[in-house]
Amino acid sequence: MHALRRNVMRSVLTCLGIIIGIAAVIAMMEIGQGSSSLIETTMSKMGADNLIVFPGQSASGGVSYGIGSAVTLTPDDCQAILRECTAVRNAAPIVRANAQVIYGNRNWSPQNINGTTPAYLDIHDWTQLAEGDMFTDQDVRNVSKVCVIGQTVARELFEDEDPLGKELRVQNVSFKVVGVLGAKGANMMGWDQDDVLLAPWTTIKYRVNNSGSSSTSKASSSSITDQVNTLNQLYPNQSVQLYPQLSTVQQADQPQPVRFTNVSQVLVAANNPEEIPLAMRQIEELLRERHRLHADQPDDFHIRDLTEFTKAMSSMTSTMTNLLLCVALISLIVGGVGIMNIMLVSVTERTREIGLRMAVGARARDILRQFLVEAVVLCLLGGAAGILFGRGGSFAVRKLLHWPTEVSVPAIIAAVAVSAGVGLVFGYYPAWKASQLDPIEALRYE
Amino acid sequence: MELIRLNDIYKTYHVGEVDVPVLKGVSVRIERGELVALMGASGSGKSTLMNILGCLDHPTSGQHFLDGQEVSNISSDERAMVRNRKIGFVFQSFNLLPRTSALENVMMPLSYTATHLSEKEARARAVDLLGLVGLADRLDHEPSQLSGGQQQRVAIARALINHPPLLFADEPTGNLDSRTSEEVLRMFEKLNQEEGITIIIVTHDSEVARHARRIIHIRDGIIDDGVPFAKPSRHEPLASLEAVAVAK
Repeated sequence: MHALRRNVMRSVLTCLGIIIGIAAVIAMMEIGQGSSSLIETTMSKMGADNLIVFPGQSASGGVSYGIGSAVTLTPDDCQAILRECTAVRNAAPIVRANAQVIYGNRNWSPQNINGTTPAYLDIHDWTQLAEGDMFTDQDVRNVSKVCVIGQTVARELFEDEDPLGKELRVQNVSFKVVGVLGAKGANMMGWDQDDVLLAPWTTIKYRVNNSGSSSTSKASSSSITDQVNTLNQLYPNQSVQLYPQLSTVQQADQPQPVRFTNVSQVLVAANNPEEIPLAMRQIEELLRERHRLHADQPDDFHIRDLTEFTKAMSSMTSTMTNLLLCVALISLIVGGVGIMNIMLVSVTERTREIGLRMAVGARARDILRQFLVEAVVLCLLGGAAGILFGRGGSFAVRKLLHWPTEVSVPAIIAAVAVSAGVGLVFGYYPAWKASQLDPIEALRYE
Repeated sequence: MELIRLNDIYKTYHVGEVDVPVLKGVSVRIERGELVALMGASGSGKSTLMNILGCLDHPTSGQHFLDGQEVSNISSDERAMVRNRKIGFVFQSFNLLPRTSALENVMMPLSYTATHLSEKEARARAVDLLGLVGLADRLDHEPSQLSGGQQQRVAIARALINHPPLLFADEPTGNLDSRTSEEVLRMFEKLNQEEGITIIIVTHDSEVARHARRIIHIRDGIIDDGVPFAKPSRHEPLASLEAVAVAK
């Protein structure tokens, strides 16, 4: 220890490499820890136990039309999933629409117009409305023209007015606002989750999305549509028949392609994040059975796990962190080489001292131990300084760049261990050289 | 009582393929309490004999006994322990640790001593010894703050820290002026007479050798057994193997 104190400047310069390396390691690990914590909390806020079922890809002559282009998911599928999959807590169908929303002289095109059921809010953990109430299952059955809007839509269309009870127009269909959602902010991908309009999916599908298309002939509509349109029983449809009705025999001879009532997506909440794989398997089996797919046919649907996104993101950040850690470790190795260099010089300079120590009774292993301890102490001191600088650096990053950082105790322990290790490894050769000196030669050394 | 005995010591160095014999059958006996000067020209094998007597090296053949223990064929670790316990070294260039206090310099050999003294005992012993050599008031001075003579006295105190029976001084006055040399040599005499320490002084200076009670000459690898050679100098009396008294 006296040897280190004898030449303070040299000791400081020697362990500079270690200081920088350890500081870099500590700062890296704290930044990395901060990022992954942030991802975890965002993940749990987003609903880590959610799944989305998309209708499969359609293909024509080998050309795939992409996800969502086929019409294979029905609201009955959604009901079946809810009923029969034990790992599923809740499920809601989603019918998407792209339309302009008008109130008075203001208009706005929300990013998301979702036709769905009340279960949607439960799945998104969004059941606290700021005002009013969510529409009900009865509204869905009645194809009611009601809606619930997000904070952004409310602000854009109503400014300071209270939206509750007002009438909006969505694609010339008049909707009454029955509720306003609480604020949720942006999601991980940066989309504004408050820029949304929710309405019963039946209303969106049959009144908004189909309002532009020509009316279909009653003969080929499925029975589900009849069930949905319950008023049809009291007030049978009075629309004018443009074409002659086919009789039952004629229908059997000329089977029309049956159009499904389809939904864009089915949103599913599993019981808990651990049961997601089980839920995915159950949904897959169920849908394959319902859609009558043979074993060799591919799925005509696609189940996307929200955690895929977060896993991809966290693997990206952890790759970055590991890369930076490697760079920091390289600088530690360089620091270690510096230590070895200086220790070798020190040994040469102190040759006579070593000879003297041996003459008064130091054995080879005593000399080895002495120089090894000096190297390790030097590295530990450098490590301690590096830890302080590293914490300071990550603190500065947090304050100035607003990146998340978190104190990482494993990093500090690892840093201490690594500095001691570097001292041992890179100090060993010089210490060994010192111990192998011949005392007679060493005493004579000029 | 006998402290050192060398029986027919040979030492041969192997330089490449050539064998260089340096000591060719040296036998000598040194009793406890002697004050001996070892003299020889360079190339005579004086350094080699010195290294063997100081247990820094081992002979190629022959026996070497120190304080009743045969030390000719022991390992270098064991030799280190013998040096620590039995021999104290004083060098021409003092060899003190720089930027370290006199007290800590004196205590340095204790870190290699097998039987560990407590910190307090160690310091007490060092303080005593520094008092013995007349440096009680300079305990915390560093070598740069001490004169040559004072540094050598610190070295002497260091050599005595483990109370060894043998003190080995290699040209102890080589770097000192004549007055300081006298002081140091008188100190050796005092230690020899009052403390009974056996002292071997290696020197080429016959003025220094004068202070010893016995002079051993070495020439061409053998102890000079008294056959006169070359020109007799006015200082040097010839010494035989078992010669004891030298005219002072």
